Amino acid sequence: MSDRRTELEAAPWGGRTRRYDLIKEGVVAVVIIAILAAVLSTLFGSPDDKQITFKDWATAAPADFYATSVQELAGTSGTAGYGAPYNTASDGVNLGPLHLAKIMGVTHPVDTVNDFVITPLTTVSNAAPVADALKLWQASDAKQQSTWATNYDTALTKANQDASKVPTGDYGPVPELAAGLLTMAQAGSLDGALLSQGNYFQSDNTKQTLFLGDGSYFNDQSTASNLQGDTWGMMNETGRYPGQAWLWLYSFWYQIPPFNNGDSHPFGANADAWIMVIMGALSLGLIIMPLIPGVRSLPYKIKIHRLIWKNYYQEENL
Amino acid sequence: MSTGIEKEMWTTKLRKGWQKNLPVEKLLPDTQPAYVASWIYMFGVATLASLGVIIASGLWLSFEGASWYHFSSVGHFVNSIHFWAVQFFFIFMVVHLWGKFWMAAWRGKRMMTWVTGALAFVGSIATAFTGYLIQTNFDSQWISYEAKDGFNSVGIGSKFTVTNFGQMILLHVAFLPVIIGVITLIHVLLVRSKGVVPPIDAFNKELGERK
Amino acid sequence: MNLKAVYIHIGWFQMSITNLVVVLSMLLVFGLALVLPFPGNKKGKGQK
Repeated sequence: MSDRRTELEAAPWGGRTRRYDLIKEGVVAVVIIAILAAVLSTLFGSPDDKQITFKDWATAAPADFYATSVQELAGTSGTAGYGAPYNTASDGVNLGPLHLAKIMGVTHPVDTVNDFVITPLTTVSNAAPVADALKLWQASDAKQQSTWATNYDTALTKANQDASKVPTGDYGPVPELAAGLLTMAQAGSLDGALLSQGNYFQSDNTKQTLFLGDGSYFNDQSTASNLQGDTWGMMNETGRYPGQAWLWLYSFWYQIPPFNNGDSHPFGANADAWIMVIMGALSLGLIIMPLIPGVRSLPYKIKIHRLIWKNYYQEENL
Repeated sequence: MSTGIEKEMWTTKLRKGWQKNLPVEKLLPDTQPAYVASWIYMFGVATLASLGVIIASGLWLSFEGASWYHFSSVGHFVNSIHFWAVQFFFIFMVVHLWGKFWMAAWRGKRMMTWVTGALAFVGSIATAFTGYLIQTNFDSQWISYEAKDGFNSVGIGSKFTVTNFGQMILLHVAFLPVIIGVITLIHVLLVRSKGVVPPIDAFNKELGERK
Repeated sequence: MNLKAVYIHIGWFQMSITNLVVVLSMLLVFGLALVLPFPGNKKGKGQK
């Protein structure tokens, strides 16, 4: 663009004008949108699927809850092996040589054994087998604890999460601990214990959410509502409500190769990080679009502006 | 009129700059250039109006608390207003963005108007997202569980913890609305100060070009 | 609206009917805004 044109376009408009009442336009717009929103609200309301509690989970899918508790003790759950910012169990995802999560460190320490199982169990009075199991666990060293939990986790997985089919073995107090936690969850007292972690005020639900996500029950509910990331879940909402459609582009990348294959390296396995980078770059691109050659010329080539200003162009014979 | 000392005063500089760039006649004009004659010009104001409805319903919700709407029918209605106004907000903002793109509205030293608008768009997505996290229902449980991986993967999760309800509610009702409010204010002041961009071919005659 | 959502599913593309309605209405609104005549555009008042 010539400098002369830029100067003309920047200067105060010297041509014909028309009356235009900005304030009236704004007030009318607020009224119309308030009415439209009120009509839709009356007709459709808004989505509000009930939250899932540990009581719900332990009651509806006791075997899944029990097995997840064992995994938390054995360190085989998703959270236990996550890495930063919760623990140091793995390096987490990477952008080539950059392990950004690991670099930022463990800022929200989560110890699945104690935070999810042992500490909550100590907040209630337990039946004799559970109380004894807790005592035995606490009196043993970490190596012994790990051996028991791993043995039982392996056996339970082999038995397809059916505790009654697990052969006898060297499991120590682990079966009783998991059974105690299941009882506690079914009674509804695990929800509060997980959140409070021995405190009064608490507003961080990280531990509850991680534990909930380690089981299958929560994930199954989400699959049923089509909220999983690999089926554009990011854009969707529970029920028939519109979702965050504006996340379509973010969601899109998860549907195509290599990002839709979690086993492909280096991109699929690290899709979360790479897609963040792509979206960051695209957002920056939107912000500085007027500087991007090609894109910024499109409005001159595809002349939609002749429709927008059709009256003006007619009147001015342009 | 002004003495040398006044010239150096910051207050004087601000006032004079303000008067020069944005006199009240420019801030609240009663006319617009003749080419401002298309429905496409409504969508900026429609976006602002939606934001107004969002803020009003959001304030009401925040006075009653995050769980109010689960058990109160009035609460559910106000929550629904907030929900639908957000849908309108994004629809209008996207149409506004499309319109401004095809007008190449960054012409004539209006680059910063585009930049602040795009920032408002990106910032609004973040704000809406935190809103979805504080619904205190199944949806927010799931979104926080899923979204943590994205933020953790690039290290942002170490400070921005989507599973931390307390942090999300504070960001949604305090920090992010202030940011959006300030960006939007700058955007609107820039629009008023620079004026509505003229048609692409408006100066062809002056420049001796034919189309 | 609390019923199970209906989805359009073609290959890797998948979208709920409701989201589709939102996107299509966005395009429709944009198209209409370009095409519909704007009221009072005959003879701009206040010359110059």
